[in-house]
Amino acid sequence: MKVKIVLIIFALLFAISPAKAALPADSIWQLDAQITDQNGKTIALKELAGKPRLLSMFYSSCPYMCPLIIDTGLAVQHNLSVAERAKLGVLMISIDPKKDTPKVLQALMTKRKLNPNEWTLARADEKDVRAIAALLNIRYRELEGGDFNHTSVLILIDAQGRIIARTEKMGTQPEPEFMAAVHKLLK
Amino acid sequence: MRIAFILIGLLISTASMAGGTFVRIPGGEFRSILKYEDSKGPQKVQSFEMMKTPVSNQEFLAFVKSNPQWQSQNIAPVFAEKGRYLSHWQSPVLLGDKALPNQPVVHVSWFAASAYCESQQARLPTWLEWELVASADTTRRDARKDPLWRESILSWYAKPASTPLASVGQSPANVYGVQDLHGLIWEWTEDYSAMLVSGDNRTQSDPDKAKFCGAGALSMEDRENYAVMMRVAMLSSLEAVNSTSNLGFRCARDIH
Repeated sequence: MKVKIVLIIFALLFAISPAKAALPADSIWQLDAQITDQNGKTIALKELAGKPRLLSMFYSSCPYMCPLIIDTGLAVQHNLSVAERAKLGVLMISIDPKKDTPKVLQALMTKRKLNPNEWTLARADEKDVRAIAALLNIRYRELEGGDFNHTSVLILIDAQGRIIARTEKMGTQPEPEFMAAVHKLLK
Repeated sequence: MRIAFILIGLLISTASMAGGTFVRIPGGEFRSILKYEDSKGPQKVQSFEMMKTPVSNQEFLAFVKSNPQWQSQNIAPVFAEKGRYLSHWQSPVLLGDKALPNQPVVHVSWFAASAYCESQQARLPTWLEWELVASADTTRRDARKDPLWRESILSWYAKPASTPLASVGQSPANVYGVQDLHGLIWEWTEDYSAMLVSGDNRTQSDPDKAKFCGAGALSMEDRENYAVMMRVAMLSSLEAVNSTSNLGFRCARDIH
């Protein structure tokens, strides 16, 4: 009997681990691309599976909208319970790989007092940036002075990398429908 | 007689390979029809290479055969709309009657087009590169001011969309040796998503500046160039997973 239970447990373990590796067909983490975080650590997108996240794209030297995108992420967190907050990661990927080195991203983490257990600021190679933006339907263009023109959006994705909700309302008052989707996902 | 057959055979085989042939495009200063608030004057384009013709069905078939993840029954919905992607093919690895081998491949998403080009050690052309090559006629690098040339391009748009697509490589080559930029299909560009024309902007009112960070909104330098404006409006309305019955692509590559 005991052996049987052990066997069942083993079988379950084996059944679960490959299932975790295989992403659902509508997971954005299927994209064959890599990002490098503020600590200089490079990972494949598929390694991001396993945790619900708020996702956006930005660039560090942005004077207007990008600080607002970060504000919006912080505001969503602010509206969560401690337990909910612990379950949610925030990932912002730069559209400016030339300037946004891990060092620059780290400096922004410090400047904005972002908790490294919750927040990841990352860069990717230009080709991967274009593809990630395409997945998220984020449009962007580099301006002549080195600034960027881009869609400002915060996207909620589940642990498997499926897009659950998106909001283009930036600021300290998150959109109620978006907040409701976050609460529901983290339940 | 025999020689004639061999010649015909050769012609057919070169025609079928034409999509894979790259032509060198000399770079230089180019004034796009797109006018951005941030950028005045002409832009610098590096020399590059571009495919002589759009990618054909048979070329794309060879690609999906060796890359099964891009076959229609395997395609992940985040990379292309299931049910639309390659929907004119008879089956995932069979062209059939509605997709002749030498017709340009259509019903392909941006992701699929990018993956194809990557498999050829190439990439999609940028809009600026595409526009530069597409501004030429058979004798001039920049034929855009010629009303007759404009008219001839526009006539294509008047054709009903139900007309079957011609084979690639039928139109006269332009001064660079590139064919089919006008009059056959719409084409993906690498940076189609950099065309920040909002829905409102397409109707020529002011763009929604709050939606797109900062300045740099897009307008048209030359409002008489309807053919290019229509391309821009179309590309700016697309998402990367979309595919349509007259949207295909060709690849470009850097010169090292």
